[in-house]
Amino acid sequence: MDLVEAIADLREEEALKIVKDRLSAGEDPLKILEEARQGLEIVGNRFASGEYFIPDLIYSGEIMKQITEIVKPLISQTTQVKKLGKVVIGTVAGDIHDIGKNIVVFMLEVNGFEVYDLGVDVPPERFVEKIKETGAPILGLSGFLTLAFDSMKRTIEALKEAGLRDKVKVMIGGGQVTDEVRKYTGADAYGKDAMAAVSLAKAWVGAS
Amino acid sequence: MEKKWEEMTPEERQEVLIQRWLSPKDPQGENLKFKTPEAEAEYKARVQRLVDAIQLKKVPDRVPVLPLPNMFPVYYYGITVQEAMYDYEKCFAAFKKFVLDFQPDATMGCMGPGPGRFYDLVDYKVYRWPGHGVGPNQCYQAVEDEYMKADEYDALVTDPTYYFLTVYFPRAFGSLKGLSLLSPPTYVLEFYPTFSAVHFIPFALPPVQEALKVMAEAGAEVLKWIQGVVGWNLEIMASGFPLLAGGGCKAPFDTVGDTLRGTKGIIIDMYRQPEKVLKAVEALVPIMIKMGSEAAKQNGVPLVFMPLHKGADGFMSDQQFKTFYWPTLKKVILGLIEEGCIPFLVAEGGFNSRLEVIKDLPKGKVVWMFDQTDMAQAKKTLGDSACIAGNVPTDLLAVGTPEQVKEYVKKLIDTCADGGGFILTNGAFFDEAKPENVKTMVEFAKEYGVYR
Repeated sequence: MDLVEAIADLREEEALKIVKDRLSAGEDPLKILEEARQGLEIVGNRFASGEYFIPDLIYSGEIMKQITEIVKPLISQTTQVKKLGKVVIGTVAGDIHDIGKNIVVFMLEVNGFEVYDLGVDVPPERFVEKIKETGAPILGLSGFLTLAFDSMKRTIEALKEAGLRDKVKVMIGGGQVTDEVRKYTGADAYGKDAMAAVSLAKAWVGAS
Repeated sequence: MEKKWEEMTPEERQEVLIQRWLSPKDPQGENLKFKTPEAEAEYKARVQRLVDAIQLKKVPDRVPVLPLPNMFPVYYYGITVQEAMYDYEKCFAAFKKFVLDFQPDATMGCMGPGPGRFYDLVDYKVYRWPGHGVGPNQCYQAVEDEYMKADEYDALVTDPTYYFLTVYFPRAFGSLKGLSLLSPPTYVLEFYPTFSAVHFIPFALPPVQEALKVMAEAGAEVLKWIQGVVGWNLEIMASGFPLLAGGGCKAPFDTVGDTLRGTKGIIIDMYRQPEKVLKAVEALVPIMIKMGSEAAKQNGVPLVFMPLHKGADGFMSDQQFKTFYWPTLKKVILGLIEEGCIPFLVAEGGFNSRLEVIKDLPKGKVVWMFDQTDMAQAKKTLGDSACIAGNVPTDLLAVGTPEQVKEYVKKLIDTCADGGGFILTNGAFFDEAKPENVKTMVEFAKEYGVYR
């Protein structure tokens, strides 16, 4: 039985059974996690190609969460997996919507990015702090409400004041975000969907 | 001798509701006194314009124009959202100024900000509002959570009212936890009188009494506020502006998904326990029909506002839409039509992949308001059977220029208005916007949208 395929096809019970069986057979938990990640990568690809939809993505995340819970306690040392690059992301101040942002996080992660998700209603200074702390070259700002446009603008201004603007590429996205909004906020790019976020991030780290 | 409601056909019922919409009454049941003969003529012309656009029997004199704001009137008036929520008079003044300044063909009213003190009293967990989790000048926002747990579908389906009162309320309202102790009213039977009596015991328990006390106080606050709303409605109507909607309800799938289980919860349920989800949405159909139609009849306005959320493009597959979302939404729509109502369906996000499915409705009985749907395709697919509305982008109203707005409105009217069956509105309800953009949207559409 193939774990990669079970996850990619969203067969939850089967995937969990494979994980448990292989662990009791003494298999390396890291290998299992790697296969699970490959399964999610296929889910991400199917989402990008329009074969899968948001529910499939969320459900695969739920399957992964359970696998991680089973496998994690058995991993003694943490191994560094090579990542494409770091991205700091969050929903801007005053806005608590996160469905779209979570999808972008998912897609960035399965495509090899190390994502620092600051959650919702994130004030400009917290974005700036996190950029300083991680040295991430990419900042993703999400917002669903029109009030988020001003918060995005203020966040980008805060980046400027901290002297970081030329070190960080900023992408924005969310319900009503368009190129007009990008101009208004001073962001480098906007994305209509999670796939756009992945291509932008890849282009910015020179991985596309 | 007038026919009884029960004996009327759906067409006759709709005609009754439209007549009541055309000729509103005051609270004493007398014909509403308009401020001027011109206001009365304008009022009736506006209703007729909307009716013509909706019924597809006749081309209206011009495209109806509805700027549909969320918190914009509050910002435009120069007060904070917090002030609007707690100082009702200021709120009413703000929404009145919006109507008088922008001259819409109908208004959603002044209820948006709502009675802030009510939320405080009941400790509403489902929202964050100014002073309670968001800043003073931000709109309230919903907090998604699993207010219903994954294993509670049977309890919901068996007795939705008891479930809401004793399980949902205590989770949704921090001050109403005591309600979880109540007995089901359906246990009070002609059986043994003692058996009826014991079900009153919970009312003696301190947590229940505490909850009832809060409910009485919170209810009094809402009553105070709604009296102001009614006065506002009468004044606005008397000035020539019809109310757009008489009531509202939701798609059953959204009721479960938004209100009870949350996005993630209901998505996981579609995979793990699809039969339970289907039973739950089915159980909610008659409740939604009643919720929308009773209010519409009471208020004498046939339109029933239905914001649609989780059926949008991408939020589920076509197969999931056809299985979980559309069948019960369609039943609610048909049930409302049966009661003479006109469902005003607000398809938030994109509905491009759903157009073929949703066209399966009787002709001239609904309005589809689209947000980001391709309007040319919408007109092509639905134009023969339904009135469509939308989709001036809120981002354009917020950061665009009047020239850009004009250009967009022109293109939209060129695309959608041919032969009637189109209402010009914004795509999503707007908060921040440049007043000159809103003004341009309305004024240019009124000028350019005349049918000649």
